[in-house]
This record gives sequence, structure tokens and C-alpha cells, in this order.
Amino acid sequence: MTSTPDVGPVPATRTSGGKERKTRKPRAGAMLGVLAWLVGLVFITPILWMVLTSLHSESDAATNPPSVAAPLTLEGYKEFFGASSGASPWPSLANSMTASLVSTALVLILALPAAYALSIRPVRKWTDVMFFFLSTKMLPVVAGLLPLYLFAQQVGLLDNIWLLSIFYTAMNVPIAVWMLRSFLAEVPVEMLEAASMDGAGFIRTLKDVLAPVVMPGIAATALICFIFSWNELLFARVLTATVAQTAPVFLTGFVTSQGLFLAKVCAASLVVSLPVLIAGFAAQDKLVQGLSMGAVK
Amino acid sequence: MSVAVENRKDTAEPQPKSRNKEKSSDWSRRAPLLPALIFTIVLTQLPFIATLVISFMNWNAYYPDERGFAGLDNFRRVFTDENMRQSVITTIVLTATVVIVSLVLGMMIALLLDRKFRGRGVVRTMMIAPFLVVPVAAALLWKHALYNPEYGLFNGLITAIWKLFGSDNPPQPDWISEAPLVSIEVSLIWQWTPFMMLILLAGLQSRPLDVVEAAEIDGASKWQIFRYMTFPHMRQYLELGALLGSIYVVQTFDAVFVITSGGLGTANLPFTIYQTFYSEQDYGRASAAGVVVVLGTILIATFALRTVSTLFKEEGR
Repeated sequence: MTSTPDVGPVPATRTSGGKERKTRKPRAGAMLGVLAWLVGLVFITPILWMVLTSLHSESDAATNPPSVAAPLTLEGYKEFFGASSGASPWPSLANSMTASLVSTALVLILALPAAYALSIRPVRKWTDVMFFFLSTKMLPVVAGLLPLYLFAQQVGLLDNIWLLSIFYTAMNVPIAVWMLRSFLAEVPVEMLEAASMDGAGFIRTLKDVLAPVVMPGIAATALICFIFSWNELLFARVLTATVAQTAPVFLTGFVTSQGLFLAKVCAASLVVSLPVLIAGFAAQDKLVQGLSMGAVK
Repeated sequence: MSVAVENRKDTAEPQPKSRNKEKSSDWSRRAPLLPALIFTIVLTQLPFIATLVISFMNWNAYYPDERGFAGLDNFRRVFTDENMRQSVITTIVLTATVVIVSLVLGMMIALLLDRKFRGRGVVRTMMIAPFLVVPVAAALLWKHALYNPEYGLFNGLITAIWKLFGSDNPPQPDWISEAPLVSIEVSLIWQWTPFMMLILLAGLQSRPLDVVEAAEIDGASKWQIFRYMTFPHMRQYLELGALLGSIYVVQTFDAVFVITSGGLGTANLPFTIYQTFYSEQDYGRASAAGVVVVLGTILIATFALRTVSTLFKEEGR
């Protein structure tokens, strides 16, 4: 995406850095800037509140009116990691990590060649193939869940993290194909022609011409597939139990209130969200292109 | 224009060579595509066929002996079931509300962020953050830390403000039981507005500014520029946001599951189907409901895909 100001000299598009349009009434402009800040603060407040509450003791977390200036403590985090209950979230975090990493790797292995066959050396009717992939994302997953559950039951793979990884792969391949295709399509044809004219072989073209250009796109695709797998609840809830339980399933243990547990809930929510926050901010520049399946740069 | 699917058809035309060579080149083109294609078909299309078959069966895991062909029984029960009809309405209301409000808010915020001001990057980062909270965690946060009538932030703030004015009995609404669906919608809008904002901001920043400047010099008013230049340009981004938002929001499960556990009239279709199959173990009826949902989605998707097709074509010019 091209949201950062002052980027290179792209004619015809906005490089809003340089000169602002005309001289606007400065006061109105400043007001709008303040308004933007206010809106941003409203949206970030729940997260700041979550961070603050997670660092309070349980009794300070549950006061009304809120005790903002209460002393900070790591109690909530210790409790979440099983200090007194003994229920450790580590196995579920490890399961989530496994499912997300394995499925992301599989997605790339499957989607990269496919994206290549849809952009660089496209098959005939490649648009039809693209629409097929897109249409699978439109079908509600809940309608296909039962047969997958029955299949897992039949072959004895219920509560198995590897099967869940396979299903996550299927969930993300269409998105990855769309995303990767949009990144590959940005590679100028002339570049590939020049490479082949210089006598570069297939592998060399991939390695020295394509890879450097497409790498950021591949990284962004991987991060977004990781996020989708990490966030997933419905499949994990139905297909896993005690052994292969993922982090979101672990979190559903907090759905009903259990006395004073607000700091613990906030700590839990924050810890589980942390990988996504990191991946998301790392992919920030390509987030739009990824989430819109490559339709918007 | 930054809608990425441009036309590369010219490179796709095979060279006029002998027929055999053409065929083998076709297959070498197709080969890299096949693993992903077959994998996706097996894992997304076969289950739907199975669902279709099961939807005509009488199959409840609690009564394994009664398994058999049921004809259209399940469908009759789906269409006459009050819960099911209610969850269709809930799904439509929930999806439409979240998508429309997020789009409108996202558009306004994108317009704010399109201007230059001090700390724009920071505000943009703050705006994206809600989208990067794991949905289950976000739902827990809203349910326990914000909506809770006794110690949630909302009622806490009300108390604090009332105290400021010397009142000792502030209103302390129980947000979730008083407005269950709205509570869910607000938490989802909080997560989806950043998404819409990002898409629309990308749209705004791809406006051909030189043309806008030319129009300004020619004396076009602000309203005229918005009406005849910005809005037509943004239309496809709005459509794209609505389409993608609908695809994702219609499948909402986490927020409903966490905030109300499907109670108080908030059960949408994904939740109801999940419950029919997971709790009631009524495989036949759950599948019939699934088939109905798929048919409904195909109807909407056909329309939506046509929208995407226009995006395709515009780029092909």
C-alpha cells in the first residue's frame, strides 16, 4: 500500500508530503488534526485499559470507579501462567504455534507455484481459477465443518494438532494464492524477458530475479496466514479437546465469570494477542493488500 | 489505479507452434497450479457434498439406531423452526449493521487520516491495533473489562463522572442483558472499522491528484470535486470493503460465543448450526441448515462476484 507520505516520485498518484493544497484555513486544519487524535485515542483506549488492568492486582482491577493509579504488579500474568490453579496455558500456546507455523509453511508450498501459474506463466482461463479460489472463501466454513469432524472421528484424528494444521492450510490457500498472485503480477515482464535473453535458466531467474522483488510480498502473505490460523476458534473448538487445544480454545475457559479474575483475563488476552500484534505491525505496510486478497495495494 | 488484478492475457496466449508442443507446454503451465487446486477442492468442496448428502438423512448421534433416509424432513424442520428463522434475521441484522457502520466510520476516519497533521503515523498505528487483537480475546475484553455492570470500564467511568458532579447514584446499566445484540455489534465494529479504514485510506491515496488540482484551477468547488471525482473513484473501494467485510462478518462466531453464548436472541447462523450439531448432535438438521446457508451465500456471492468482476475489467483498460 502507498499510505506513507513522502514516498518516491510516482507521478499521477498522491505524494502528499511536498506542498499542501493551497493554503487552507489553518485553524480548521488544526481542529481536524485534534479530531483525528481523539478518534485514535477512542479506538486504542480498550487496549490501553486491557494493558493497565492486566498490571493491577485483582482487587484493584475490579473497583468502581476504576482505580487508574493503583500500584502495578505482575500477579495477573503469574495467575494466567498457572501460579495457583496449576493449569498452564503453555501447551495450548505451543499447539497454536505449531498449527500456525505448519499451516503457513504448507500454504506457501502450495500457493507459491499456483500463484506463479496464475501470473508469470499463466494458464489459460486463469481468471476462472482465481474466482474459484475466491468463491471457496465465500462459503461459510460452518457448513463444511460436520463432515470434516466426522472424517476426523472415523480416522481417529480428533484432538490432533496436525489434522487441524491441514484444515488451516485449506482455509488459507485461497487467500495466499490471491495475495501472492498480486505480488508476482507486479514483477515487470521486461525484467523476466531480459533475464531469459541474458541466458539465465529457470532456477536462476527464480532465485536472482523473482525472489528479491517478491520476498516482501511472501513475508506479508506468511504473516497474514499466520494471523488467521492463530485467531481461529470454531474449527479448534470442535476438533480439539485436551491434547491439541489451541490458545483461543484455552481462552474460552474465561467466558463465564469466576469471581475476581479481571486482571488474569486481561493478562491472558494480551499474551494470546501478542504474536498477532507483532505479526500485524511487522506486515503493516502490506496489511491492506493482504487483507483485501491483493485487490488493493 | 491500484486495483491489482491487471490483464496479462497477452502473455498467456500460447505461441503458434505445433499442436503437440502446445499441449505439453499447456501441461507444464498447469502443473504448478494442480497441487493447490486439488488440495482446495478436496478439502473445501467434498465436505459440502457430504453435507448435502447428510442433509437428506435422519441422523442424530444420540439415536444411532434411527439413522436413515429422511427426504426433505430436515429442510422442513429448518424452515419451520422458530430458532432457525430468528438466527437468519440475527445474521442479516448483525452483518449489515457491522459492515455499514464500519464502512461509514472507516470512511470518515480515512478522510481525517488522509490529511497531513502532526503524529499521523502514530494515530494510524493506534487505529490499526484493534484489528490485531485475537477475536476471542477482544470479545473477552469487551465482556468482562468494559461491559461488566459492576466493575466494567463503562460503568466505572459513569460513576467517576457522576461523582465529579456530586451525585452518588449514577446509572449502572447492565449493557449486555439490556442490549445484547448491540453489545456484540459494537465490539465487532471496534474491530472492523480499522479494516475498512485501511482499504479506504489506500483508495484515497491512490486518487490522481494532478487531475484534482486541474479541476481546482478550473474553479470546481470542493463539493463538486467530492461528488464527481472523489466519490466515483472511492466507489469501488467502498464496494470492496463491503464485500470483504460481509464475507468475514457473516461468519462471526467468536463474539457471539463469548459475549452472550448465543443467548438473548443473539444466536446467528454459524452459532446455531454449531449448536445443532455440537450440542444437540442432530447431524441431519445441522447439515440441512448448512445447505440453506450455502444456497443463500451463493445467491449473494453471485452478485458480489459480479462486483469484483468490474474491478477486474476496470484494470484491464
